[in-house]
Amino acid sequence: MNIYEEDILDHYENPSNYGTLEHPDISYEEDNPLCGDQIRIDLQVEDGIITDLRFCGHGCTISLAAASMLTEEIKGKPLEEVKQLNKDDILDMLGIPLGPVRLKCGLLALKVLKAGAYGLKGWPGEEDEEAK
Amino acid sequence: MIGQRHYPNQVRIPMYPQPMNNPLNPLDIEAIRNDFSILKEENDLPLIYLDSAATSQTPDCVIEAMDAYYRTYNSNIHRGIYRISEEATAKHEEARQRIGRFINARRPSQIIFTRNTTESINLVAYSWGSANLREGDEILVTVMEHHSNLLPWQLLSQRTGAKLRFIEITDEGVLQLDDLERLLTERTKIVAMTHVSNVLGTINPVQELIAAAHAVGAKVLIDGAQSVPHFDVDVQELDCDFLAFSGHKMCGPTGIGVLYGKSDLLEEMPPFLGGGSMIRSVQRESSTYADVPAKFEAGTPAISEAIGLAAAVDYLNKVGLEAIFVHEQELLEYAHQKLNEIEDITIYGPKPRQKTGAITFNLEGIHPHDLAGVLDTVGVAVRAGHHCAQPLMQKYGVIATVRASFYLYNKLDEIDTLHEGLLKAQRMLTRRRR
Ligand SMILES: Cc1ncc(COP(=O)(O)O)c(C=O)c1O
Repeated sequence: MNIYEEDILDHYENPSNYGTLEHPDISYEEDNPLCGDQIRIDLQVEDGIITDLRFCGHGCTISLAAASMLTEEIKGKPLEEVKQLNKDDILDMLGIPLGPVRLKCGLLALKVLKAGAYGLKGWPGEEDEEAK
Repeated sequence: MIGQRHYPNQVRIPMYPQPMNNPLNPLDIEAIRNDFSILKEENDLPLIYLDSAATSQTPDCVIEAMDAYYRTYNSNIHRGIYRISEEATAKHEEARQRIGRFINARRPSQIIFTRNTTESINLVAYSWGSANLREGDEILVTVMEHHSNLLPWQLLSQRTGAKLRFIEITDEGVLQLDDLERLLTERTKIVAMTHVSNVLGTINPVQELIAAAHAVGAKVLIDGAQSVPHFDVDVQELDCDFLAFSGHKMCGPTGIGVLYGKSDLLEEMPPFLGGGSMIRSVQRESSTYADVPAKFEAGTPAISEAIGLAAAVDYLNKVGLEAIFVHEQELLEYAHQKLNEIEDITIYGPKPRQKTGAITFNLEGIHPHDLAGVLDTVGVAVRAGHHCAQPLMQKYGVIATVRASFYLYNKLDEIDTLHEGLLKAQRMLTRRRR
């Protein structure tokens, strides 16, 4: 399948929730040193619920589209639920298979989210595998 | 082919005949492509392989040579007193001779088999470096080194206290040599530099630098990973102390590389890895070592790969390195011309004729991963990333680039497809973006 699906290009060109929050409760930023992609996520959290959020950064279509889709997915959700998101959820959102290199692009936003919210620093998926 | 040595040095390249009216026989590209099964595979899209600087394709004759070892005389070498082991030993040592002749080494014992360029360089940094460097000494490298010719020296510097110094490059991607006298002094014990940049394709004037280094008493290691596959490298003419290269970039298999060294240096150097094959006799507490090259070849080597690399060398000799070099120049000139037509392209490094085999670029506003991804949709395989040369990327202020690299089997019309793929990426990815 072509990874440059219209859906992905749409998110890349017109990302949802793009920008920053003025007074975020949580703000976290990280990069993928291999390709220089960089993503920051700002969260506003009330009573354990993500009430507002923004992301910004630069990267390839896959990392930016995944970030945009992820922010749509988690807006209004409890933080605890967001903590359970994993690699497969991101692949489902993107709807395309990713090779090993592009997988890191796809997972960057989730990595930032988890690191910001919970201090989990590994790549999503890898920590699960270690636990197995 | 050997005996014709006009072009390894940057200074002499402008005198090289114009590729378009070159007096040599042009390569018969279709016949060459016929030698490579992978290029004949029937797929939806024909494979347009523009990543030979990472790993070259393997001609059938190389695969067959390795296959014959496994099918007819598979056995360990230097040990068995029986027919097939003797045959394997003879083929392995004959491979050493043929590879030695390819770079014009004086004797086969100067060819040490390793896994790859990386291991060859590490061997020198550990064995020669640890025995010869101390605090106050200096190691001179360039900012265009592949990490495999940087990390071993960083580690050596950390072990010994010797200082690492860098030759800078100009914006055009050639070495900046006007302040060489400041960098290359009596304190310099070794100069480790690449012959050809794996990112920019720049051919460095190594012969002049080797002479300058020797004048201050420094040894020189040349990283030949990107030169030995593409033009005639003559270790006696260059007078380098060490030369490292990899089989898999010169039509050979993975898992085999070479370290060439001057005999007196190799003989003085302590062993690198200890184990079987590298000993003369072993006592409980200490041992004596075998002669060079066995001293540096502990354990069972990559036997079929050495035989495969010798077949690759024969193949390159048969096609002719000079004709390959001229063909690559033609591809490069055309690639520069076509890619320069694209709006918002930045091409890094020197123009054709000062380089071989590779063109490295970025398109404004498009991530290199996406360029490589879109090119993949039209069947073009290129490399996107930092190319294991992060200090060079930092010099250009970029994190990654796209590199298309060429070899004997590439055709001009493949560059047309590359060009179309890049335009497609621009149409797809710079439509309405912020
Ligand atoms: C200039 C240069 N040096 C060293 C290497 C490392 O080669 P290998 O991975 O075979 O050890 C490469 C390969 O990319 C190279 O291009």
